[in-house]
Amino acid sequence: MKLLEPGATLDGFVVDACIHSGGMAHIYSVHYATTATSGPSDPGFPMAMKVPRMTAGDGAENIVGFEVEQQILRSLKGSHVPRFVAAGDLTRVPYLVMEYVQAKQLQHWLDEARETRRPLDPATIARLGEAVARGVHSLHQQNVVHHDLKPANVLIRDDGSAVLLDFGLSYHGHFPDLLAEELRKAIGSPTWMAPEQVVGVRGDPRSDIFAIGVMLYELATGELPFGNPQTSGGLRQRLWMDPTPPRQHRPDLPPWMQEVILRCLAPEAAGRYASAAHLAGELANPEQIRVTERGTRSKGTSWRVHFKRWIKAVGMAYKPSPLPTVQIDEVPIVMVAVPFKGATDVTLYSLRAAAQRSLGSRAGARLACVTVISPSETSGTEAAKSEASVHTRYLELLRQWAQGIDTEKHQLSLHVLEAGDVAQALLDYARGNQVNVIVMGAATHGLALQRIVQTVPMRVAMDAPSTVILVKAELPFSALA
Amino acid sequence: MKLALLSDIHSNVQAFDTCVADATARGATQFALLGDFVGYGANPSAIVQRVMTMVDAGAWAIKGNHDDMACHVPTATSVPTRGEITAAWTHAQLSESERAFLDALPLTHQDGSLLLVHASADSPERWRYVYDARGAAASLAAAVGLSADSRYVFGGHVHEQTLYYQGRGHDLLRFMPTPNVPIPLPPHRRWLATIGSVGQPRDGRAEAMYALFDRDASALTFVRVPYDHSAAAAAIRAAGLPDFFADRLARGE
Ligand SMILES: Nc1ncnc2c1ncn2[C@@H]1O[C@H](COP(=O)(O)OP(=O)(O)OP(=O)(O)O)[C@@H](O)[C@H]1O
Ligand SMILES: [Mg+2]
Repeated sequence: MKLLEPGATLDGFVVDACIHSGGMAHIYSVHYATTATSGPSDPGFPMAMKVPRMTAGDGAENIVGFEVEQQILRSLKGSHVPRFVAAGDLTRVPYLVMEYVQAKQLQHWLDEARETRRPLDPATIARLGEAVARGVHSLHQQNVVHHDLKPANVLIRDDGSAVLLDFGLSYHGHFPDLLAEELRKAIGSPTWMAPEQVVGVRGDPRSDIFAIGVMLYELATGELPFGNPQTSGGLRQRLWMDPTPPRQHRPDLPPWMQEVILRCLAPEAAGRYASAAHLAGELANPEQIRVTERGTRSKGTSWRVHFKRWIKAVGMAYKPSPLPTVQIDEVPIVMVAVPFKGATDVTLYSLRAAAQRSLGSRAGARLACVTVISPSETSGTEAAKSEASVHTRYLELLRQWAQGIDTEKHQLSLHVLEAGDVAQALLDYARGNQVNVIVMGAATHGLALQRIVQTVPMRVAMDAPSTVILVKAELPFSALA
Repeated sequence: MKLALLSDIHSNVQAFDTCVADATARGATQFALLGDFVGYGANPSAIVQRVMTMVDAGAWAIKGNHDDMACHVPTATSVPTRGEITAAWTHAQLSESERAFLDALPLTHQDGSLLLVHASADSPERWRYVYDARGAAASLAAAVGLSADSRYVFGGHVHEQTLYYQGRGHDLLRFMPTPNVPIPLPPHRRWLATIGSVGQPRDGRAEAMYALFDRDASALTFVRVPYDHSAAAAAIRAAGLPDFFADRLARGE
């Protein structure tokens, strides 16, 4: 459709201005053409209208991506996507009206670094990466895989949170995939596309983790890990090729950052983070990342290894993936609330046993061990009470508590939170970190008082965004005399 | 309009009553009964009575191969099929008027863009199974031949919940739905759904199957509901029918 002028109306919406003129679509800011007596009233937020350049008359083929975007955006909830307002009839006037999100494109950070010739500092990159990963995980929790993540499709709000745009190539596990074909083809943007997408696999949430890896690589080095291939041979390179280690482009980059980026870019999906929430958890705690050879390597992979992988990649073919939610449910984020004040050994033992059970037998779950301390513990002036030393002491206690948990199989992180309201601190942590299961002591000694004062476990159980397991302190038979 | 689609009831009163109650609770405003009311199960007469009452109240009903078989019992072959084993028994259970009702049912029902057929719209009287994209394409093409308005072809017969649709390629694609989730089926495309079986699911799960089509929102929900399958199995045993027909209900096979 040709450009709409300010003041033009479409299906009851009035165009204010064209805010983006892309290859496939125009984006306008719009408002309702409401009169005093009729018409819908303002939804309470500014609105943007996306109108594809082609119309149904240009061939139904081209408009499929727009149909997919209408369907998927309409189904999505939460703060990491623009809110859906209205969709135009595809056969008449295709358009999509959504919340206008006041935010900056991720591309902005790349442009700024290039213009000022000042590379982004690792803490900023980690913050941006964590925000994107959290947004992406919220899509995966709704059975959607984005499949076209790139710096132009990610917005970052002033509060640091990410909003994801452009669902034209996305996949919804509950809907028939209108973009699928009998003969599977690569669907995505060549620069950011995951290897399995290249061979036509759609619906694996780990494809989005690969795209985040490409974006992190760009943010960290200003370079593209696989260039911008124009041929299918060039596109297939990522099926077997490891990119140049980021630290070769930028030696001052910390090894943990390289570890994270290269793990996101593993050619096989199973080699990447098991879920975007796991990735976010790592980026939120860089000091706890386990750096392996991958993080420190300074030379590219040898041609021998590449050649072997190339041979293997020749046979790589389409395999269907299970529903996104089924995949991420197998690798839950388990949070265990560990008390140190007044807790008996039996309580600590029982909590560890329950946490271990909740991690499941499959590798890949993540355990976040959290303890909440009161601000008064660090308020003093004496050296022993300084915040840093108190935190270090509790981190050490958590580390000891967590001994025996298989860290080869599961990611582990330790957190000391300072808060007066323990239940609130635990709930905030669980919400902010997309926790699936909370394990905590049942505090049965408080049961008699429950009707009068709510115990911490009761409050957490009532308001938790997830499953809560309340553990009764019990020793195993073998430990009983 | 919220249309509840129920097929392959197979004389299973427990499953049928559960599905009708569930659909009503979900706001169904119109019922479509897609055939195979009888055969296999213990209560053919009770089911036909319910269907007759519903049709009087405005429900649409079409004929299935088992309904046809119960009216015209095939002459015994040396190795009778499973369907034939119960056909003679069912025939004897039904009254003259119940049989006449079944025999008079149409093979298809068209309502605007909607074509309902028990098996395939491609020669409905031959009861062709739609178990792959080719079968679905033949049925869809035949439906468009019957009426150019046809956009939605809904049927039963295969005892599985499946959706066929046009992807970007030439052939239809097969989609296995997640139960109880509304799926958008916009009317500018053509769709074919097999809605599953109320009284004899065969996908390894015991829950009864039916579908709910919200015509205003153009969204189809493939529903699964648990029902008292042990009561249905007990009734089959009590009627003296082969154990096999009772046992398969719990296993969904
Ligand atoms: N809801 C919105 N709120 C704020 N800005 C938006 C919104 N939707 C789109 N934009 C802006 O318009 C740009 C393009 O949007 P989108 O990616 O959806 O369209 P596109 O068809 O992919 O465009 P292009 O062809 O340029 O890739 C975004 O990067 C963003 O800057
Ligand atoms: Mg875009």
